[in-house]
Amino acid sequence: MTQPALHDLGVAQLATELRERRVSAVEAAQHFLDRAQTHQHLGAFVALNEEATLAQARAADARLAAGTAGALEGVPLAHKDIFVTRDFPSTAGSRMLAGYRSPFDATVVTRLAQAGCVTLGKLNCDEFAMGSANENSAVAPVGFDAPAPVRNPWDTSRIPGGSSGGSAVAVAARLAPAVTGTDTGGSIRQPASFCGITGIKPTYGRASRYGMIAFASSLDQAGPMARSAEDCALLLSAMCGPDPDRDSTSLDMPTEDFGRSLNDSLEGLRIGIPAEFFGEGLAPDVRAAVDGALKEYEKLGAKLVPISLPRTELSIPVYYIIAPAEASSNLSRFDGVKFGHRAKDYGDLLDMYKRTRAEGFGDEVKRRIMIGAYVLSHGYYDAYYLQAQKIRRMIADDFQNAFKDCDLIAGPAAPTVAWKLGEHGSDPLADYLADIFTLPGSLAGLPGMSVPAGFGEGGMPVGLQLIGNYFQEARLLNAAHRLQQATDFHLRSPL
Amino acid sequence: MALTPQDIGRIAHLARLELAPQESERMLTQLNGFFDIVERMRAVDTQGVEPLAHPVAAIQDVQLRLREDVASEPNQREVNQQSAPAVERGLFLVPKVIE
Repeated sequence: MTQPALHDLGVAQLATELRERRVSAVEAAQHFLDRAQTHQHLGAFVALNEEATLAQARAADARLAAGTAGALEGVPLAHKDIFVTRDFPSTAGSRMLAGYRSPFDATVVTRLAQAGCVTLGKLNCDEFAMGSANENSAVAPVGFDAPAPVRNPWDTSRIPGGSSGGSAVAVAARLAPAVTGTDTGGSIRQPASFCGITGIKPTYGRASRYGMIAFASSLDQAGPMARSAEDCALLLSAMCGPDPDRDSTSLDMPTEDFGRSLNDSLEGLRIGIPAEFFGEGLAPDVRAAVDGALKEYEKLGAKLVPISLPRTELSIPVYYIIAPAEASSNLSRFDGVKFGHRAKDYGDLLDMYKRTRAEGFGDEVKRRIMIGAYVLSHGYYDAYYLQAQKIRRMIADDFQNAFKDCDLIAGPAAPTVAWKLGEHGSDPLADYLADIFTLPGSLAGLPGMSVPAGFGEGGMPVGLQLIGNYFQEARLLNAAHRLQQATDFHLRSPL
Repeated sequence: MALTPQDIGRIAHLARLELAPQESERMLTQLNGFFDIVERMRAVDTQGVEPLAHPVAAIQDVQLRLREDVASEPNQREVNQQSAPAVERGLFLVPKVIE
């Protein structure tokens, strides 16, 4: 039997190869840098810096030789371009930040570097993480002169999902064994589902938001995306932990080994099946794949329990009030003064602000800023923002009621498989409505995953969404891992 | 309740966005489409429900921390200003605001 290629190894296997010195960090980094070059047409990367990557890899090799290696020493990974990094430009997919160099690294980036990870580059995403198809990026991918679509490697005429679209593509196409993503309303789970990979968003407050370019601060969470739950557990354990001086919403919870119970039996596990996730809007091909995965769980000893999340549909307007409100506030910092784009021609200061922001922001970002500015404006705050925050609590309470009868919740991550590039055209509502199954968990701040569950229309991957109660990441990963021991969907490759 | 072109102009001003006439028109249609789905939310009875800001506060007390007001960062003005559009003698330049 021939040795598997480096890019076919998962994080756990690659870490072992590196630790046992059968492969060097420099070899691993160079292998993936070469793959990034040969797969430029997918549009996954927006920045590479070979010199910086290889310098990091040489340092990793030195620590491996000295016996001072971290848990993930020498493992190459790439970051969604929403995390600021000193070694690479940080653009958030926006013209506003073209060429921006951060003076510091995001906490998540620092923590992964401390574990020994080597950064390959930065990954494409929707502008300021606003989008469900990665069609809102204003940045030219590596190898392109102008913004170009990020392509789903399972069918390059389709979108990869968003907003962590480049991240999902990099893992699916084996351009990196693992990557970081961020999830505000589903931006890890939905692209993971569309690209046939595994992704987890932890409980809100587990991962530091310091250095994650802010979209909606009460929702934004970082998480890993990889091929398997086992790999996600390794990454998540390195990423999470309190950051009290840098992020006021970071939870004071100690770091955990989220992989500690991967192999636990699922005998007697109660899986809640929300009726609202299996209604008319769910495509039959997605339903068939999800039902197949649920049958596997029954074979593994789990019991399916019918539950109700009655405000599932309301989560769309609630989310699309709260997130834009917070975005309009966060994005007010882009004024053409301290960093980022400034218009060439302007009159007074006000005119400079207005023209700078008109030029720097794309259509979707402008729409959300407008919605946010309106719902926060005098006379509308109570009717919209406060009302949305109240229903947000009711949605969170619905989950607590449901968790009285079950240990975790399962359903589809998205109503359909990945759609065709341009299919939603200029109708932003079509994208918003497709977020329906990921928004409730986001509003409640619960940990959630997408796990490959099979294939649907056109041979496109389908993800099973698993939602846990607060701080139940280890149990989620356990359930995902056991499914992956019984199935091989996560091992299939589009290339 | 539908937004008017005047509303769009007012909100764009609040948001410090210059919108071209065609852009304003498109924005009006799209925002009105969006607020149609928001109407369902406004009809929900939320009397006596506390707004939820930090989601984990749904199950436990979450204290938003304040740290001590002491300087913890070294002075690295040059690095911090490297991405600024206009800087002179360590100061950010903006159009004249005082006559």
